[in-house]
Amino acid sequence: MSTQLEHLIDFDGVPIETIHAIFETTEVMAQVLERPVKRVPALQGFTVATLFFEDSTRTRLSFERAARAQSADVMTFARGGSSASKGESLRDTVATLDALHVDAYVVRHPAAGVPRQMAQWTKARIVNAGDGRRAPPTQALLDAYTYRQATGRAFEDTRLVIIGDVAHSRVARSNASLWHALGAEVVLCGPPTLVPPALAALPGVRIETQLDVAMEGAHAVMALRIQRERLTSARLASLAAYTAQYQVNEERLAGAAEDVVVMHPGPLNRDVEIDGALADGPRSLITKQVANGVPVRMAVLYHLLVGKGSR
Amino acid sequence: MTMAKQVGDARTWIRGARLVTAAGDQGTADLAFAGGVIEGPTPQGPVDVEVDGSGLVLTPAFIDPHVHLREPGFEVKEDLASGLAAAAAGGFGTVVSMANTDPVIDEPGLVRWLIEKAASLPGARLHPAAAVTMGLGGTTLTDAAALKEAGAVMLTDDGIPVSDGEVMRRACEWAADLGLVVQTHSEDPTLRRDGVMNEGAVSERMGLPGNPRIAEASMVYRDCAIAAFTGARVHIAHVTCREALDVVAHFKERGAPVTCEVTPQHLSLTDEAFASFDPIYKVAPPLRTQDDVDALREGVKRGVVDCIGTDHAPHTRDEKHADLLSAPFGIANIEVAFPVLYEALVKSGDLDLSALLRLLQDGPAHVMGWDAPTLDVGAPADVVLLDLEAARVVDPSTFKSKAKFGPWDAQTLQGWPVKTWVAGHLAFDRAESGR
Repeated sequence: MSTQLEHLIDFDGVPIETIHAIFETTEVMAQVLERPVKRVPALQGFTVATLFFEDSTRTRLSFERAARAQSADVMTFARGGSSASKGESLRDTVATLDALHVDAYVVRHPAAGVPRQMAQWTKARIVNAGDGRRAPPTQALLDAYTYRQATGRAFEDTRLVIIGDVAHSRVARSNASLWHALGAEVVLCGPPTLVPPALAALPGVRIETQLDVAMEGAHAVMALRIQRERLTSARLASLAAYTAQYQVNEERLAGAAEDVVVMHPGPLNRDVEIDGALADGPRSLITKQVANGVPVRMAVLYHLLVGKGSR
Repeated sequence: MTMAKQVGDARTWIRGARLVTAAGDQGTADLAFAGGVIEGPTPQGPVDVEVDGSGLVLTPAFIDPHVHLREPGFEVKEDLASGLAAAAAGGFGTVVSMANTDPVIDEPGLVRWLIEKAASLPGARLHPAAAVTMGLGGTTLTDAAALKEAGAVMLTDDGIPVSDGEVMRRACEWAADLGLVVQTHSEDPTLRRDGVMNEGAVSERMGLPGNPRIAEASMVYRDCAIAAFTGARVHIAHVTCREALDVVAHFKERGAPVTCEVTPQHLSLTDEAFASFDPIYKVAPPLRTQDDVDALREGVKRGVVDCIGTDHAPHTRDEKHADLLSAPFGIANIEVAFPVLYEALVKSGDLDLSALLRLLQDGPAHVMGWDAPTLDVGAPADVVLLDLEAARVVDPSTFKSKAKFGPWDAQTLQGWPVKTWVAGHLAFDRAESGR
């Protein structure tokens, strides 16, 4: 069967076989990156444009590396702020870029839904590199891939606990969606002001405000970055108050599975949402997550533009 | 100088239509009008135009207490000519325009300018609202007495809540003394924050900032309490959620001088519409849940809701071709309001036709403190012919409004205005406008 993706905007309608095919391709791509010459011709003749309406040098470089390692041509379009504030409609921006004959857009935007909107206006493939609080699906893919690679545990036997500012986190939403689709149990944990009860309507998700309760039987623990601006918006009393109740550290892992692993999407606030020693210790998959960024994105671009099987 | 609406010259005789008003179905009859007023079943002179009304319903033209016509300042979205033509195409004979233009309607001269300009235009009659505070700034009161003297019929900062409670209280004290209605866009800004859609399961799933129902309900409570305290007539614009409607009902039961409206979109659409990520659905207060739609429909049936306000809020297509955070709030709807309401309220079995007409005629007149419109001899010849059988595909290219798009595009809706007369002048004729 074909495992070609039309777009990768979120996981709605993406067959589970395609997810597994992306994981398989990721292994191959990781090997490519171990070679002396880290380049394959898979995407020769294709043009990939990174379109970042919101700053994220690390994510953008990761995608650009993933495209170049497959010999694609890469264009970079970076612009802060929304299209409306520049007086041009989003649709007009897309039309302008389409005239450059782009095959795939990698889009990051502060507003949820922009990649979905763009998909109506262009024939090019779209990869969502983060839209507002909604989804960065390649981050979720690399997190799940890293977990599977490191533990070998089946997702059906896995309990994932995501801890922190779930309300504002696209990483949390995207991972909840993907891990649920893969068969894992997902627990969202954090202060009541940062884990709204309405999130319980997400499929396959359980909400828990008590960290020790959430930790029970956890196989994977994902700590989310706490943004300083939450302190000025009445969500948290102080960083110290958050740390005392919700910091992921060795002590708080007591109720988790013996072989629990710890993850973080980065960048870390050391000793705030996660204990620094834990982040550097043997349970931590954080450096592996970072390392898997490029091969996962290579695999995604490959399945978008070339696919596997029929085309 | 006179600023009366231009009067239609032609003596018009509508034959064989079913006359229906809020009071009920008066059966098949003829109706003649000339010189801008209704003459009765029989023309009092030579007839210039005879209209076959068979199979159609004849009723007083509707009144809309809540439209945004965008002039002055935002003529790219709408202007008086297009907006008043659109209103007539929707069956409306009278509209109340909001003050959030540029400049804001906060000076008597601007009120007079609007009235004079509108009087020379075909389409619906215009009655301007004026701002509660200078520049909608929320701090300095406008001169309500002078604005009323100039012709303003309502005070409102609509589009922006009056967040300062004392400013609202003092404005209401002035309004009570002058007998002016104060309309409020009640959403507590400190609870609404940056919300772009209803806060709930859908906003959480979609990762969009939510605007919680408590933002609306709590400020509706404040504004109703101020109405009861000051004795001012306070009209709550666009009630959208169960809790806010409960508050209005609570104060009405205790005799507070409070009225409220609901919009066609909040009676027919929910936040699930956002699944498409189309900013066309972005409106404030936001589309809520099915439970809220049910609550609003119950409120309409029970009479807690006084009237429909369309909150016709046109924007350009480009402005709505934006991301969901930066796209402007507002839905242009006045030309499809009646079929949307007919489908949602009458075809659903909730209301009979007369009850729907009450929400478009007597209800808004009551809100404004005007006499209820009638088809009686001597009444203004503001009438509309409705084809309740016709099911039409909504074709926005035929809209008179500059906003030629909306949530109901390409849907088949039943119950359409076919001809609208204002002051005896044929202000809209569907036969001439393509559909």
